Amino acid sequence: MNKVLLGLLLGAVLGAVDGLTSWFTPAVRAQLAGIVIGSTVKGIIAGIAIGFFARKVHSLALGILFGLAVGFVLAFIVAQLQHGYYLEIILPGSIVGIIVGYATQRYGAASAGVPAPTR
Amino acid sequence: MKFLSDKTVDHLRQTADTPDLSGTRYQLLERVARGGMGTVYAATDETLGRRVALKVLDVPVAGGDFARRLNREARVLARLEHPGIVPVHDVGTLSDGRVFYTMKFVEGQRLDKHIEAVTSLPDRLRLFLRICDAVAFAHARGVLHRDLKPANVMVGAFGEVLVMDWGLAKIMREQSADFAEDPEATILQTPKSAGAPADTTQATQITGQGTVLGTPGYMSPEQSRGDVAHIDERSDIFSLGALLQFLCASPATQVNPNGTWRRDKAREAICAKSTETDPGKRYANVTELSADVSRYLDGLPVSARKETIFDKAARFYRRHTVAILLIAAYLAMRILLLIFSRR
Repeated sequence: MNKVLLGLLLGAVLGAVDGLTSWFTPAVRAQLAGIVIGSTVKGIIAGIAIGFFARKVHSLALGILFGLAVGFVLAFIVAQLQHGYYLEIILPGSIVGIIVGYATQRYGAASAGVPAPTR
Repeated sequence: MKFLSDKTVDHLRQTADTPDLSGTRYQLLERVARGGMGTVYAATDETLGRRVALKVLDVPVAGGDFARRLNREARVLARLEHPGIVPVHDVGTLSDGRVFYTMKFVEGQRLDKHIEAVTSLPDRLRLFLRICDAVAFAHARGVLHRDLKPANVMVGAFGEVLVMDWGLAKIMREQSADFAEDPEATILQTPKSAGAPADTTQATQITGQGTVLGTPGYMSPEQSRGDVAHIDERSDIFSLGALLQFLCASPATQVNPNGTWRRDKAREAICAKSTETDPGKRYANVTELSADVSRYLDGLPVSARKETIFDKAARFYRRHTVAILLIAAYLAMRILLLIFSRR
Protein backbone atom coordinates (compact mmCIF):
# COMPACT_ATOMS: atom_id res chain seq x y z
CA MET A 1 0.00 0.00 0.00
CA ASN A 2 1.38 3.40 -0.86
CA LYS A 3 2.35 5.74 1.94
CA VAL A 4 -0.30 8.39 1.40
CA LEU A 5 -3.13 5.87 1.26
CA LEU A 6 -1.76 4.07 4.31
CA GLY A 7 -1.49 7.38 6.19
CA LEU A 8 -5.05 8.31 5.17
CA LEU A 9 -6.58 5.00 6.24
CA LEU A 10 -4.59 4.70 9.44
CA GLY A 11 -5.29 8.34 10.33
CA ALA A 12 -9.01 7.82 9.72
CA VAL A 13 -9.21 4.61 11.77
CA LEU A 14 -7.09 5.86 14.66
CA GLY A 15 -8.89 9.22 14.59
CA ALA A 16 -12.28 7.50 14.77
CA VAL A 17 -11.12 5.23 17.60
CA ASP A 18 -9.65 8.26 19.35
CA GLY A 19 -12.99 10.05 19.02
CA LEU A 20 -14.94 7.05 20.27
CA THR A 21 -12.94 6.98 23.49
CA SER A 22 -14.66 10.23 24.45
CA TRP A 23 -17.63 8.01 25.32
CA PHE A 24 -15.81 7.33 28.56
CA THR A 25 -16.06 11.00 29.45
CA PRO A 26 -19.67 11.50 30.56
CA ALA A 27 -19.51 15.28 30.21
CA VAL A 28 -19.03 15.10 26.43
CA ARG A 29 -20.90 11.88 25.71
CA ALA A 30 -23.82 13.80 24.20
CA GLN A 31 -21.51 15.23 21.54
CA LEU A 32 -20.01 11.85 20.65
CA ALA A 33 -21.02 11.88 16.97
CA GLY A 34 -19.55 15.32 16.37
CA ILE A 35 -16.38 14.39 18.22
CA VAL A 36 -15.95 11.17 16.23
CA ILE A 37 -16.46 12.97 12.90
CA GLY A 38 -14.12 15.80 13.89
CA SER A 39 -11.50 13.38 15.18
CA THR A 40 -11.73 11.26 12.03
CA VAL A 41 -11.32 14.29 9.78
CA LYS A 42 -8.37 15.40 11.90
CA GLY A 43 -6.86 11.92 11.56
CA ILE A 44 -7.36 11.95 7.79
CA ILE A 45 -5.70 15.35 7.40
CA ALA A 46 -2.79 14.28 9.62
CA GLY A 47 -2.50 10.93 7.82
CA ILE A 48 -2.37 12.50 4.35
CA ALA A 49 0.21 15.07 5.46
CA ILE A 50 2.35 12.41 7.14
CA GLY A 51 1.96 10.10 4.11
CA PHE A 52 3.18 12.79 1.72
CA PHE A 53 6.08 13.53 4.04
CA ALA A 54 6.99 9.84 4.15
CA ARG A 55 6.96 9.75 0.37
CA LYS A 56 9.48 12.59 0.21
CA VAL A 57 11.62 11.84 3.24
CA HIS A 58 12.82 8.30 3.84
CA SER A 59 13.79 8.45 7.47
CA LEU A 60 12.11 6.62 10.31
CA ALA A 61 13.21 9.17 12.90
CA LEU A 62 12.09 12.18 10.84
CA GLY A 63 8.84 10.42 9.98
CA ILE A 64 8.05 9.88 13.65
CA LEU A 65 9.06 13.45 14.49
CA PHE A 66 6.90 14.87 11.71
CA GLY A 67 3.99 12.67 12.82
CA LEU A 68 4.35 13.95 16.36
CA ALA A 69 4.46 17.58 15.17
CA VAL A 70 1.42 17.27 12.90
CA GLY A 71 -0.55 15.32 15.52
CA PHE A 72 0.33 17.86 18.17
CA VAL A 73 -0.53 20.93 16.08
CA LEU A 74 -3.87 19.58 14.83
CA ALA A 75 -4.84 18.38 18.32
CA PHE A 76 -3.84 21.75 19.76
CA ILE A 77 -6.07 23.55 17.24
CA VAL A 78 -8.99 21.25 18.12
CA ALA A 79 -8.39 21.80 21.84
CA GLN A 80 -8.33 25.55 21.28
CA LEU A 81 -11.69 25.30 19.49
CA GLN A 82 -13.03 23.21 22.38
CA HIS A 83 -11.72 25.71 24.97
CA GLY A 84 -10.58 22.87 27.19
CA TYR A 85 -9.61 19.21 27.53
CA TYR A 86 -6.10 20.11 26.34
CA LEU A 87 -4.41 17.06 27.84
CA GLU A 88 -7.20 14.68 26.77
CA ILE A 89 -7.03 15.91 23.18
CA ILE A 90 -3.37 16.81 22.63
CA LEU A 91 -1.77 13.75 24.23
CA PRO A 92 -3.69 11.09 22.28
CA GLY A 93 -3.57 13.18 19.09
CA SER A 94 0.22 13.40 19.33
CA ILE A 95 0.61 9.67 19.92
CA VAL A 96 -1.68 8.92 16.98
CA GLY A 97 0.61 11.18 14.89
CA ILE A 98 3.65 9.19 16.07
CA ILE A 99 1.96 5.88 15.21
CA VAL A 100 0.99 7.08 11.72
CA GLY A 101 4.47 8.54 11.19
CA TYR A 102 6.08 5.26 12.15
CA ALA A 103 3.68 3.12 10.14
CA THR A 104 3.99 5.11 6.91
CA GLN A 105 7.78 4.92 7.04
CA ARG A 106 7.96 1.30 8.11
CA TYR A 107 5.08 -0.32 6.27
CA GLY A 108 4.27 2.02 3.40
CA ALA A 109 5.43 0.88 -0.01
CA ALA A 110 8.46 2.84 -1.16
CA SER A 111 8.58 4.35 -4.63
CA ALA A 112 10.41 2.24 -7.22
CA GLY A 113 14.16 2.19 -6.61
CA VAL A 114 13.97 3.70 -3.15
CA PRO A 115 14.72 1.30 -0.31
CA ALA A 116 12.55 1.34 2.79
CA PRO A 117 14.22 2.70 5.92
CA THR A 118 16.16 0.10 7.83
CA ARG A 119 14.67 -1.34 10.96
CA MET B 1 80.55 -34.46 7.26
CA LYS B 2 78.47 -31.31 7.80
CA PHE B 3 74.68 -31.38 8.19
CA LEU B 4 72.41 -28.61 7.04
CA SER B 5 70.17 -26.94 9.60
CA ASP B 6 66.36 -27.28 9.41
CA LYS B 7 66.12 -23.62 8.53
CA THR B 8 68.48 -24.07 5.64
CA VAL B 9 66.62 -27.15 4.46
CA ASP B 10 63.32 -25.25 4.59
CA HIS B 11 64.82 -22.40 2.66
CA LEU B 12 66.20 -24.76 0.04
CA ARG B 13 62.86 -26.52 -0.22
CA GLN B 14 61.03 -23.23 -0.70
CA THR B 15 63.52 -22.15 -3.29
CA ALA B 16 63.12 -25.44 -5.12
CA ASP B 17 59.32 -25.14 -4.97
CA THR B 18 59.29 -21.58 -6.26
CA PRO B 19 57.80 -21.86 -9.70
CA ASP B 20 59.94 -20.91 -12.65
CA LEU B 21 57.72 -18.58 -14.62
CA SER B 22 60.14 -18.04 -17.48
CA GLY B 23 58.37 -18.44 -20.74
CA THR B 24 55.10 -17.17 -19.28
CA ARG B 25 53.73 -13.65 -19.19
CA TYR B 26 53.81 -13.64 -15.38
CA GLN B 27 56.36 -12.41 -12.93
CA LEU B 28 56.37 -13.84 -9.46
CA LEU B 29 55.91 -11.40 -6.57
CA GLU B 30 55.38 -13.31 -3.36
CA ARG B 31 53.89 -16.41 -1.84
CA VAL B 32 50.37 -15.70 -0.56
CA ALA B 33 48.97 -18.94 0.77
CA ARG B 34 49.37 -22.65 0.73
CA GLY B 35 46.51 -25.11 0.48
CA GLY B 36 46.07 -28.81 0.17
CA MET B 37 46.28 -28.76 -3.59
CA GLY B 38 48.95 -26.21 -4.24
CA THR B 39 50.49 -22.90 -3.48
CA VAL B 40 49.10 -19.50 -4.36
CA TYR B 41 51.45 -16.72 -5.33
CA ALA B 42 50.89 -13.08 -6.14
CA ALA B 43 52.20 -12.38 -9.62
CA THR B 44 52.14 -9.64 -12.20
CA ASP B 45 50.62 -10.21 -15.60
CA GLU B 46 53.19 -8.33 -17.62
CA THR B 47 51.08 -8.20 -20.76
CA LEU B 48 48.05 -6.61 -19.12
CA GLY B 49 49.97 -4.95 -16.30
CA ARG B 50 47.79 -6.23 -13.52
CA ARG B 51 48.20 -8.22 -10.37
CA VAL B 52 46.93 -11.78 -10.43
CA ALA B 53 46.85 -14.75 -8.11
CA LEU B 54 48.80 -17.65 -9.52
CA LYS B 55 48.09 -21.09 -8.19
CA VAL B 56 50.66 -23.74 -8.88
CA LEU B 57 49.61 -27.28 -8.12
CA ASP B 58 52.06 -29.22 -6.02
CA VAL B 59 51.07 -32.61 -7.29
CA PRO B 60 53.67 -33.79 -9.74
CA VAL B 61 52.33 -34.50 -13.18
CA ALA B 62 52.71 -38.20 -13.58
CA GLY B 63 50.80 -38.51 -16.80
CA GLY B 64 48.81 -36.60 -19.33
CA ASP B 65 45.46 -37.41 -17.74
CA PHE B 66 46.07 -35.36 -14.66
CA ALA B 67 47.19 -32.29 -16.56
CA ARG B 68 44.28 -32.68 -18.96
CA ARG B 69 41.86 -32.90 -16.07
CA LEU B 70 43.21 -29.80 -14.42
CA ASN B 71 43.04 -27.92 -17.68
CA ARG B 72 39.47 -29.01 -18.16
CA GLU B 73 38.65 -27.98 -14.59
CA ALA B 74 40.07 -24.54 -15.24
CA ARG B 75 38.03 -24.28 -18.44
CA VAL B 76 34.89 -25.17 -16.55
CA LEU B 77 35.60 -22.61 -13.81
CA ALA B 78 36.33 -20.00 -16.45
CA ARG B 79 32.75 -20.41 -17.59
CA LEU B 80 31.42 -19.70 -14.09
CA GLU B 81 31.14 -15.99 -14.59
CA HIS B 82 29.52 -14.73 -11.44
CA PRO B 83 30.37 -11.81 -9.13
CA GLY B 84 30.68 -14.27 -6.26
CA ILE B 85 33.11 -16.63 -7.96
CA VAL B 86 36.75 -15.81 -8.45
CA PRO B 87 37.32 -15.65 -12.20
CA VAL B 88 40.03 -17.79 -13.73
CA HIS B 89 42.09 -15.76 -16.22
CA ASP B 90 44.50 -18.26 -17.60
CA VAL B 91 45.80 -21.78 -17.33
CA GLY B 92 49.12 -23.12 -18.44
CA THR B 93 52.06 -25.40 -17.79
CA LEU B 94 55.37 -24.40 -16.28
CA SER B 95 58.68 -25.49 -17.70
CA ASP B 96 58.91 -28.16 -14.98
CA GLY B 97 55.60 -29.60 -16.11
CA ARG B 98 53.51 -28.28 -13.25
CA VAL B 99 50.11 -26.94 -14.17
CA PHE B 100 49.12 -23.47 -13.01
CA TYR B 101 46.07 -21.22 -13.02
CA THR B 102 45.90 -17.49 -12.77
CA MET B 103 42.91 -15.90 -11.14
CA LYS B 104 41.74 -12.51 -10.07
CA PHE B 105 43.84 -11.31 -7.16
CA VAL B 106 41.39 -10.67 -4.35
CA GLU B 107 42.52 -8.19 -1.77
CA GLY B 108 40.56 -8.84 1.36
CA GLN B 109 40.17 -11.20 4.25
CA ARG B 110 39.15 -14.77 4.62
CA LEU B 111 35.64 -15.10 5.97
CA ASP B 112 36.79 -16.61 9.26
CA LYS B 113 38.96 -13.54 9.88
CA HIS B 114 36.49 -11.05 8.46
CA ILE B 115 33.55 -12.03 10.67
CA GLU B 116 35.50 -11.31 13.81
CA ALA B 117 34.60 -7.70 13.09
CA VAL B 118 31.00 -8.46 12.10
CA THR B 119 29.03 -8.55 15.33
CA SER B 120 25.55 -8.24 13.83
CA LEU B 121 23.86 -11.55 13.09
CA PRO B 122 21.77 -10.14 10.19
CA ASP B 123 24.96 -8.83 8.58
CA ARG B 124 26.52 -12.27 8.90
CA LEU B 125 23.44 -13.89 7.40
CA ARG B 126 23.49 -11.45 4.51
CA LEU B 127 27.08 -12.51 3.85
CA PHE B 128 25.90 -16.10 3.92
CA LEU B 129 23.18 -15.35 1.37
CA ARG B 130 25.77 -13.99 -1.03
CA ILE B 131 27.79 -17.19 -0.66
CA CYS B 132 24.61 -19.12 -1.41
CA ASP B 133 24.07 -17.03 -4.55
CA ALA B 134 27.47 -18.03 -5.90
CA VAL B 135 27.05 -21.70 -5.01
CA ALA B 136 23.52 -21.80 -6.45
CA PHE B 137 24.88 -20.34 -9.67
CA ALA B 138 27.59 -23.00 -9.84
CA HIS B 139 25.02 -25.72 -9.17
CA ALA B 140 22.82 -24.36 -11.92
CA ARG B 141 25.82 -24.75 -14.20
CA GLY B 142 26.31 -28.30 -12.97
CA VAL B 143 29.36 -27.65 -10.80
CA LEU B 144 29.78 -28.77 -7.18
CA HIS B 145 32.31 -27.01 -4.98
CA ARG B 146 32.81 -29.83 -2.43
CA ASP B 147 35.08 -27.84 -0.15
CA LEU B 148 32.99 -24.98 1.16
CA LYS B 149 34.35 -23.62 4.42
CA PRO B 150 35.14 -20.20 5.91
CA ALA B 151 38.72 -20.33 4.71
CA ASN B 152 37.53 -20.69 1.13
CA VAL B 153 35.45 -17.54 1.15
CA MET B 154 37.05 -14.15 0.75
CA VAL B 155 35.50 -10.83 1.60
CA GLY B 156 37.00 -8.05 -0.46
CA ALA B 157 37.85 -4.54 0.57
CA PHE B 158 34.54 -3.26 -0.79
CA GLY B 159 32.47 -6.00 0.85
CA GLU B 160 32.38 -8.27 -2.18
CA VAL B 161 32.04 -11.93 -1.26
CA LEU B 162 33.97 -14.42 -3.35
CA VAL B 163 33.93 -18.20 -3.17
CA MET B 164 37.45 -19.44 -3.71
CA ASP B 165 39.35 -22.65 -4.20
CA TRP B 166 37.36 -24.68 -6.66
CA GLY B 167 40.18 -27.20 -6.75
CA LEU B 168 37.88 -29.99 -5.63
CA ALA B 169 34.97 -28.83 -7.78
CA LYS B 170 33.22 -31.53 -9.72
CA ILE B 171 30.85 -31.48 -12.59
CA MET B 172 27.47 -33.16 -12.77
CA ARG B 173 26.97 -33.78 -16.44
CA GLU B 174 23.25 -34.44 -16.26
CA GLN B 175 22.61 -31.04 -14.76
CA SER B 176 24.36 -29.01 -17.37
CA ALA B 177 23.68 -29.15 -21.03
CA ASP B 178 26.53 -26.68 -21.54
CA PHE B 179 29.12 -29.19 -20.41
CA ALA B 180 27.58 -32.23 -22.01
CA GLU B 181 29.71 -31.62 -25.04
CA ASP B 182 32.83 -32.10 -22.94
CA PRO B 183 33.72 -35.79 -23.13
CA GLU B 184 35.66 -35.61 -19.87
CA ALA B 185 33.05 -33.70 -17.94
CA THR B 186 31.73 -36.63 -15.94
CA ILE B 187 33.72 -37.37 -12.87
CA LEU B 188 30.96 -38.45 -10.54
CA GLN B 189 29.43 -41.12 -12.69
CA THR B 190 31.44 -44.09 -11.42
CA PRO B 191 28.76 -46.37 -10.01
CA LYS B 192 29.04 -47.63 -6.48
CA SER B 193 26.76 -50.41 -5.37
CA ALA B 194 24.42 -49.61 -2.51
CA GLY B 195 25.55 -51.05 0.76
CA ALA B 196 29.11 -51.54 -0.36
CA PRO B 197 31.64 -50.59 2.26
CA ALA B 198 32.87 -47.04 2.10
CA ASP B 199 36.21 -46.92 0.42
CA THR B 200 38.00 -43.64 0.52
CA THR B 201 40.82 -45.07 -1.55
CA GLN B 202 38.38 -45.76 -4.32
CA ALA B 203 37.05 -42.23 -4.07
CA THR B 204 40.56 -40.93 -4.25
CA GLN B 205 41.25 -43.02 -7.29
CA ILE B 206 38.10 -41.81 -8.95
CA THR B 207 39.09 -38.25 -8.44
CA GLY B 208 42.60 -39.21 -9.32
CA GLN B 209 44.33 -36.86 -6.96
CA GLY B 210 45.21 -38.76 -3.82
CA THR B 211 44.43 -35.64 -1.84
CA VAL B 212 41.85 -34.71 0.78
CA LEU B 213 38.36 -34.52 -0.68
CA GLY B 214 37.04 -31.96 1.70
CA THR B 215 37.47 -30.56 5.17
CA PRO B 216 36.36 -32.42 8.29
CA GLY B 217 33.52 -30.56 9.95
CA TYR B 218 32.37 -29.11 6.66
CA MET B 219 32.34 -32.31 4.64
CA SER B 220 29.04 -34.16 4.24
CA PRO B 221 28.84 -37.71 5.64
CA GLU B 222 28.56 -39.20 2.15
CA GLN B 223 31.60 -37.22 1.08
CA SER B 224 33.65 -38.29 4.09
CA ARG B 225 32.60 -41.91 3.44
CA GLY B 226 33.90 -41.57 -0.08
CA ASP B 227 30.45 -42.42 -1.37
CA VAL B 228 31.11 -40.68 -4.64
CA ALA B 229 27.99 -42.02 -6.32
CA HIS B 230 25.77 -40.17 -3.85
CA ILE B 231 27.53 -36.86 -3.85
CA ASP B 232 25.36 -34.18 -5.37
CA GLU B 233 24.43 -30.59 -4.64
CA ARG B 234 23.07 -31.62 -1.24
CA SER B 235 26.66 -32.31 -0.19
CA ASP B 236 27.41 -28.64 -0.76
CA ILE B 237 24.25 -27.83 1.19
CA PHE B 238 25.68 -29.76 4.14
CA SER B 239 28.86 -27.67 3.92
CA LEU B 240 26.77 -24.50 3.66
CA GLY B 241 24.85 -25.60 6.76
CA ALA B 242 28.11 -26.07 8.64
CA LEU B 243 29.23 -22.67 7.38
CA LEU B 244 25.94 -21.19 8.60
CA GLN B 245 26.50 -22.74 12.02
CA PHE B 246 29.93 -21.17 12.08
CA LEU B 247 28.51 -17.77 11.18
CA CYS B 248 25.71 -18.10 13.73
CA ALA B 249 28.16 -18.76 16.52
CA SER B 250 28.24 -15.45 18.34
CA PRO B 251 31.46 -13.45 18.48
CA ALA B 252 31.48 -14.10 22.21
CA THR B 253 31.19 -17.83 21.66
CA GLN B 254 34.17 -17.83 19.40
CA VAL B 255 36.32 -16.58 22.24
CA ASN B 256 34.21 -17.50 25.23
CA PRO B 257 32.03 -20.61 25.29
CA ASN B 258 29.66 -19.04 27.82
CA GLY B 259 28.62 -16.06 25.75
CA THR B 260 26.04 -16.58 23.01
CA TRP B 261 23.52 -14.74 20.91
CA ARG B 262 19.91 -15.38 21.80
CA ARG B 263 19.01 -18.93 20.87
CA ASP B 264 16.53 -19.11 18.09
CA LYS B 265 14.71 -22.28 17.17
CA ALA B 266 14.06 -21.22 13.58
CA ARG B 267 17.73 -20.49 13.00
CA GLU B 268 18.74 -23.74 14.63
CA ALA B 269 16.20 -25.60 12.51
CA ILE B 270 17.70 -24.19 9.32
CA CYS B 271 21.18 -25.28 10.42
CA ALA B 272 19.90 -28.70 11.48
CA LYS B 273 18.02 -29.30 8.22
CA SER B 274 21.04 -28.29 6.15
CA THR B 275 23.33 -30.64 8.03
CA GLU B 276 21.06 -33.68 8.20
CA THR B 277 23.01 -36.93 7.90
CA ASP B 278 20.51 -38.21 5.36
CA PRO B 279 20.82 -36.09 2.19
CA GLY B 280 17.13 -36.70 1.48
CA LYS B 281 16.20 -34.72 4.60
CA ARG B 282 18.31 -31.71 3.67
CA TYR B 283 17.17 -28.81 1.54
CA ALA B 284 16.80 -30.00 -2.02
CA ASN B 285 18.80 -27.12 -3.41
CA VAL B 286 20.66 -23.99 -2.36
CA THR B 287 17.82 -21.74 -3.48
CA GLU B 288 15.55 -23.35 -0.89
CA LEU B 289 18.16 -22.89 1.81
CA SER B 290 18.79 -19.25 0.98
CA ALA B 291 15.04 -18.60 0.74
CA ASP B 292 14.65 -19.94 4.28
CA VAL B 293 17.49 -17.76 5.55
CA SER B 294 15.93 -14.75 3.81
CA ARG B 295 12.59 -15.52 5.40
CA TYR B 296 14.29 -15.79 8.77
CA LEU B 297 15.95 -12.42 8.22
CA ASP B 298 12.58 -10.88 7.33
CA GLY B 299 10.95 -12.33 10.44
CA LEU B 300 8.81 -14.74 8.42
CA PRO B 301 8.19 -18.43 9.15
CA VAL B 302 10.83 -20.82 7.84
CA SER B 303 10.10 -24.08 6.08
CA ALA B 304 12.54 -25.97 8.31
CA ARG B 305 10.34 -25.68 11.36
CA LYS B 306 6.65 -25.92 12.08
CA GLU B 307 5.59 -23.11 14.39
CA THR B 308 3.34 -23.28 17.42
CA ILE B 309 0.89 -20.47 18.13
CA PHE B 310 3.32 -19.11 20.74
CA ASP B 311 6.16 -19.11 18.24
CA LYS B 312 3.96 -17.19 15.81
CA ALA B 313 3.05 -14.67 18.48
CA ALA B 314 6.68 -14.25 19.49
CA ARG B 315 7.76 -13.81 15.89
CA PHE B 316 4.96 -11.29 15.29
CA TYR B 317 6.07 -9.36 18.35
CA ARG B 318 9.72 -9.37 17.26
CA ARG B 319 8.76 -8.22 13.80
CA HIS B 320 6.47 -5.41 14.92
CA THR B 321 7.91 -4.52 18.31
CA VAL B 322 7.83 -0.75 17.84
CA ALA B 323 4.31 -0.66 16.42
CA ILE B 324 3.02 -2.88 19.23
CA LEU B 325 4.75 -0.78 21.87
CA LEU B 326 3.35 2.43 20.36
CA ILE B 327 -0.19 1.05 20.39
CA ALA B 328 0.34 -0.22 23.94
CA ALA B 329 1.58 3.23 24.95
CA TYR B 330 -1.51 4.79 23.37
CA LEU B 331 -3.85 2.42 25.20
CA ALA B 332 -2.00 2.90 28.49
CA MET B 333 -2.22 6.65 28.08
CA ARG B 334 -5.96 6.40 27.33
CA ILE B 335 -6.57 4.31 30.44
CA LEU B 336 -4.57 6.72 32.58
CA LEU B 337 -6.52 9.70 31.21
CA LEU B 338 -9.74 7.85 31.94
CA ILE B 339 -8.72 7.12 35.51
CA PHE B 340 -7.64 10.71 36.17
CA SER B 341 -10.71 12.21 34.51
CA ARG B 342 -12.99 10.15 36.80
CA ARG B 343 -11.37 11.47 39.97
